[in-house]
Amino acid sequence: MIPAAFDYVRAESADHAIALLAEHGDEAKLLAGGHSLLPLMKLRLASPTVLVDVGRLDDLRFIRDAGDHIAIGALTRHRDLETSELLSSAAPLLHHAAGHVGDPQVRHRGTIGGSLAHADPASDLPAVVLALGGTLVVQGPGGQREIPIGEFYTGFLEADLQPDELLTEIRIPKLDTLGWSFQKFNRRAQDWAIVGVAAVRAEGHHGVGLVNMGSTPLHAGGVVEALHAGATAAQAAERANEGTEPQTDNNATVEYREHLARVLVRRALEESGLS
Amino acid sequence: MKITMTVNGVERTDEVEPRTLLAHHLREALGLTGTNIGCDTSSCGACTIHVDGQSVKSCTMLAVQADGCAVTTIEGLADGDTLHPMQRCFQQNHGLQCGYCTPGMVMAAVSLLDENPNPTEREVRLGLEGNLCRCTGYHNIVQSVLACAAETSGAAS
Repeated sequence: MIPAAFDYVRAESADHAIALLAEHGDEAKLLAGGHSLLPLMKLRLASPTVLVDVGRLDDLRFIRDAGDHIAIGALTRHRDLETSELLSSAAPLLHHAAGHVGDPQVRHRGTIGGSLAHADPASDLPAVVLALGGTLVVQGPGGQREIPIGEFYTGFLEADLQPDELLTEIRIPKLDTLGWSFQKFNRRAQDWAIVGVAAVRAEGHHGVGLVNMGSTPLHAGGVVEALHAGATAAQAAERANEGTEPQTDNNATVEYREHLARVLVRRALEESGLS
Repeated sequence: MKITMTVNGVERTDEVEPRTLLAHHLREALGLTGTNIGCDTSSCGACTIHVDGQSVKSCTMLAVQADGCAVTTIEGLADGDTLHPMQRCFQQNHGLQCGYCTPGMVMAAVSLLDENPNPTEREVRLGLEGNLCRCTGYHNIVQSVLACAAETSGAAS
């Protein structure tokens, strides 16, 4: 399978990438690791006429302690996340989940920014960043803006990003973590999750993200509300499907996904230390 | 577009269309047909090569993305007539049946041991999750990788 023809431009800096996006508008797509975009282009489900390659912007590849949060450059690869000692102590849920994205070859190329911006409800990392209450930093011609991830996803494969904006940084609040869990249910090791759950329990914070339970990555608001009201893990898990719209596909029916969501949320809450 | 990459130690400059996949460039322009294309959807790992020392699936990377990089394919592993230790361990442990997945399996395994020179059997199985063997010959593939680790650990580069 060969993608449709396109022009290729390698961005030399974030500003250069934004200028190129502004020049080409809707016709252009950003290429980071390419592990979401290129498969779509090979299937001709996407046919951008210009690819702006941001894969060499090494100044957007970092994981650093920024006081009250961990700052992660958008071009940071999954392999960097899963081997980061800083993340291992400051955001163990993200550190662990990054090691379960795809397979080693995918993790060598794929980036956190690409994964979050692609807005695929079946991706692991959006649900993880939703559970952690992360903030996305987006840069455009008019400057920079910060978007709480809970407001970022607007539809299937759609996020609050203008055609001339570039996701540059992900901020993960430093939580006083008491427990966490990542549940990924699939049939083969490297597959997308049929349903996945990311949960974190911290001082003053409950977060639960759902993978593949609707057209966007979802925060399990009903579960979190129940937990703040003092529910047990089993009671809270009964609210796992509030606000979800799972689809039937070759792997699972709607009913099966709803069942999985309840079971996996309960397991995630129990593994994160709730009874 | 003109790209230059070091392929198996030799610098190559070629004119490519931006849409050319790295796997196609290696096979069709450079004649390195040891890199197999299996599923063509970044699932099976048959096309696994190394880019700057790390395993990647060359069906899911554009040739232009490898501009300026060091690329190693299965043809670049052996030192003349002397097989790479991983190749020899696959041979000695019968780590292949039909052989189609083998180049990708060997390249993934070499990258795995670079990152984890002393893996457990479970770590080998997890580390090869991106490579499918449709003969289901996983048992001997895992034994081959463990044998290579036992032979080279401590001396692994």
